[in-house]
Amino acid sequence: MSRVQNYIKTFSLWELWQGLSVTLRNFFRPGITVQYPEEKTPQSYRFRGLHAQRRYPNGEERCIACKLCEAVCPALAITIESAVGEDGTRRTTRYDIDLFKCIYCGFCEEACPVDAIVETRIHEYHMEAAGENIMTKDKLLAIGDKFDAMIAADKAADAKYR
Amino acid sequence: MMDLVRTPLIDLWNTVPPDFQYLIVVLAQVISVTVAVVLTVAFTTYFERKIIGHMQSRIGPNRVGPLGLLQPFADVIKLLIKEVVIPTRSNRYLFIIAPLLSIVPALATWAVIPLSKNFVIADINAGLLYVLALTSVGVYGVVLAGWASNSKYAFLGAMRSAAQIVAYEIAMGFALVGVLMAARSLNLGEITEAQAGGFSHWFLLPLLPLFVVYIISGVAETNRAPFDVAEGESEVVAGFHVEYSGVAFAVFFLAEYANILLISALTSIFFLGGYASPFEGWRFLGDDSFLRMGSFFWLAVKMSAFVFLFFWLRATFPRYRYDQIMRLGWKVFIPVTIVWIGVEGMMAWMQVGPWERLAS
Repeated sequence: MSRVQNYIKTFSLWELWQGLSVTLRNFFRPGITVQYPEEKTPQSYRFRGLHAQRRYPNGEERCIACKLCEAVCPALAITIESAVGEDGTRRTTRYDIDLFKCIYCGFCEEACPVDAIVETRIHEYHMEAAGENIMTKDKLLAIGDKFDAMIAADKAADAKYR
Repeated sequence: MMDLVRTPLIDLWNTVPPDFQYLIVVLAQVISVTVAVVLTVAFTTYFERKIIGHMQSRIGPNRVGPLGLLQPFADVIKLLIKEVVIPTRSNRYLFIIAPLLSIVPALATWAVIPLSKNFVIADINAGLLYVLALTSVGVYGVVLAGWASNSKYAFLGAMRSAAQIVAYEIAMGFALVGVLMAARSLNLGEITEAQAGGFSHWFLLPLLPLFVVYIISGVAETNRAPFDVAEGESEVVAGFHVEYSGVAFAVFFLAEYANILLISALTSIFFLGGYASPFEGWRFLGDDSFLRMGSFFWLAVKMSAFVFLFFWLRATFPRYRYDQIMRLGWKVFIPVTIVWIGVEGMMAWMQVGPWERLAS
């Protein structure tokens, strides 16, 4: 009996019709595509994108050249040189992040005792010439100045989980 | 006013010798059909991407032009301006001629397809044999492409394709024997006329198993998913056309889609009454209703349905294993067709059920 059933099932293409019905049902469902440049998916405030250096409200750089970020960086992307600044404090003379080496793990941000280096939500950036992958101190500070409000808001949102 | 233009034109036409008149008319028909097929192929690729996209919860091409409708032209231009790389130790002559050998049969078969009651380029009595002959020639393009490329992958793909097409050609031929018995003619126009009178007169119902065998063999014949082992990318990269690029690849692409359209048209003609209307017997539609008239519209509708089926199958089924393809072709389809030819003959002889018309 089961052999007859099996024959009927095979020759009526029963299982093929089952499969075809799945694709046909999905054919009439709307797509879930996000049209990227026009539409964007929601983004976490913890998103780790392009780096930035922050300042205190009075304009003073936060970074004290402790080199903890350089030490913790698993990709060896950070290079720091330091000297005594004009006001007698310890300051960086060079703070380079190689974006090609960086793996965006966020350890530098975690390690920083003064919240100087942060990773912002910016992820739509590109390089047009060789050498642009090196984020110098000036570039990092400029990004920090420009997006300070966004960085501060993200930090505040994350503060209660730390 | 119209006569001022028309009369001189008619006079001019009449001065042309009758042989040349015939030549001009046929050339115009050939060119119009070829251009129509090529344009349809272009948009078939677009619809394939749209249909499969929607079946996978995507959108499909929508960037080039409104709704992405210019996408096929963008693809064509991209392929045309690419370099045709000819592998160093390939057979140059065969390498160039192979794509032509696959496109020519795909386009030449359209000569005998009756697109409507009055439009068929070559109304020959052996139309069915011509179709079978030309679709078999198509395999040479694939085999030569694989051989001339001097590549192991291409050669393996060509071998697979050749064995597969030969296997399914037989089942296809047997399925057409059933159609031939029912229509009592090899002329595609007469096969269509034999099915006139609404969808109850189509060969679909009495020849249902042959229809199923024919459409599945058609999918295998055109090397489409789920029978596309000839270009199975996980095993033989791209099969017989790995070494082809630019225009040469575009020609293979064109041939593949022209073959899809061809198989769709042939299935419509053999089993679904071609250009005949499914509602011919519905008097309440009015005596001269467009829906009751046989016209190219109905052939186009039926062809579109089959083209959709091709893409639907591709979106649904994973690729067949090679030995299973061979088993299906030799050990299932050929016996099924032979049995059903016998059943058809017996039923028609004994005047049973839907078969009784076939004997008259």
